[in-house]
Amino acid sequence: MKVSVDQDKCCGAGTCVLLAADVFDQRDSDGIVVLLDEAPADPLHDIVREAASVCPGVAITVDE
Amino acid sequence: MSQPDGVLVVGASAGGLATAEALRRKGYLGPLTVLGAEPHLPYDRPPLSKQVLCGQWEPARSQLRPEAMLSKLDATFVLGDPAVRLDLSSRAVHTASGRVLAAEAVVLATGLRPRTLPGQDRLAGVHVLRTLDDALALRAELLSARRVVVVGDGVLGAEITATARSMGLAVTMAGPQEAPLAYQFGPLPARLLADLHAANGVELRLGAGVTGLSEQDGRVTGVCLETGEVLPADVVVVAFGAAPATEWLSGAGLLCDNGIVCDSHCRAAAGTYAVGDVARWHHETLDALLRLENRTNATEQGVAVAANILGAAVPYTPVPYFWTDQFDARIHVHGTLRADAEVSVVEGDPAARRFVAEYRHGGAVIGVLGWNMPKQARLRRQVVGGTVGVGGKS
Repeated sequence: MKVSVDQDKCCGAGTCVLLAADVFDQRDSDGIVVLLDEAPADPLHDIVREAASVCPGVAITVDE
Repeated sequence: MSQPDGVLVVGASAGGLATAEALRRKGYLGPLTVLGAEPHLPYDRPPLSKQVLCGQWEPARSQLRPEAMLSKLDATFVLGDPAVRLDLSSRAVHTASGRVLAAEAVVLATGLRPRTLPGQDRLAGVHVLRTLDDALALRAELLSARRVVVVGDGVLGAEITATARSMGLAVTMAGPQEAPLAYQFGPLPARLLADLHAANGVELRLGAGVTGLSEQDGRVTGVCLETGEVLPADVVVVAFGAAPATEWLSGAGLLCDNGIVCDSHCRAAAGTYAVGDVARWHHETLDALLRLENRTNATEQGVAVAANILGAAVPYTPVPYFWTDQFDARIHVHGTLRADAEVSVVEGDPAARRFVAEYRHGGAVIGVLGWNMPKQARLRRQVVGGTVGVGGKS
């Protein structure tokens, strides 16, 4: 699994952080997504797929 | 997990797509059909009033998923064919073109229809903004317009106002509230919003109801207020609310009352569920019927309904969330705000246009508002968990 984020599309909701705090964080200054782990381990795959699907800014892409 | 013999999702926007994706993620392998009234592949609505309207994004950028990803979903997309009737006993949906689509589980995610002013449909120069086509039609007219009046002082009206103003047009915002979003945000943030719009050159004509439109030769010339004032306009945008798109369900045997009324599992009838703006479901934590018009609810409710279709039997009890971007302000709201709540700034400084405010009502924190502090607002989200106040839509 390879995760990428589009910071320009991110709205700063933090939905991804609520789901997968090991993979995503937000910048303190403006809340924009920070990708902590672009190749998360298998146990995280389901939740990362969900984070990509429910991201309100459509800012997360998962390739696998 | 139960595997229904076919799922039909009526509505191909964020809520419908989220439902379809969640069904597949959770292991549903059966037939899956997504029916959309519009001809477009699923696209996102929040950018329509901002990036798409101002031209910063090509329309294609608002598409929710690339075509390759939609193909992988192994769903049949039937687009450009509005649903016109539901037969509840056979769970069959009849479409405008004469199709009949039936499935063991049906998900109703038909969204909203904008409210309009009497007579606006026959006048040139008057717009609503709900669909991509609406946004492109409005943009085309804004490019040659000089004076725009936005009728509506809620989230959508305020965003359209900010976008049109940033495109260089003279913009007037009209609406009944004392300040934009005052009924929802209460006096402090609403006053800051009014200041923000005024500082950016928006003409505010708030606190007066709109009574109609003036016209000449079939084209709008202005907006009439109850004070007698007429606000001149080349283009008028009407953004003063929307109604759940349920008229096609009349006679179907479902209870439709300000949305499709559902139980706590978002189920309107056996094998029939509702998702997104159109769904009014029983929020167990609040013990109240709730209908949320926001982007995040569409996807979260889609995920919940997918789980319930597959037998999870889990009540849907979200903490509501929405955001709005206007000029340089990015405002995030967790929970539900109400204008009569006690509001205290708990972080940052309103004078610096960067703060977090907590809303208290009945002794509990019911909501958190962050102004240019998204992360800090989100970190306080847990204080509103389970104690969301019922204060209308979010």
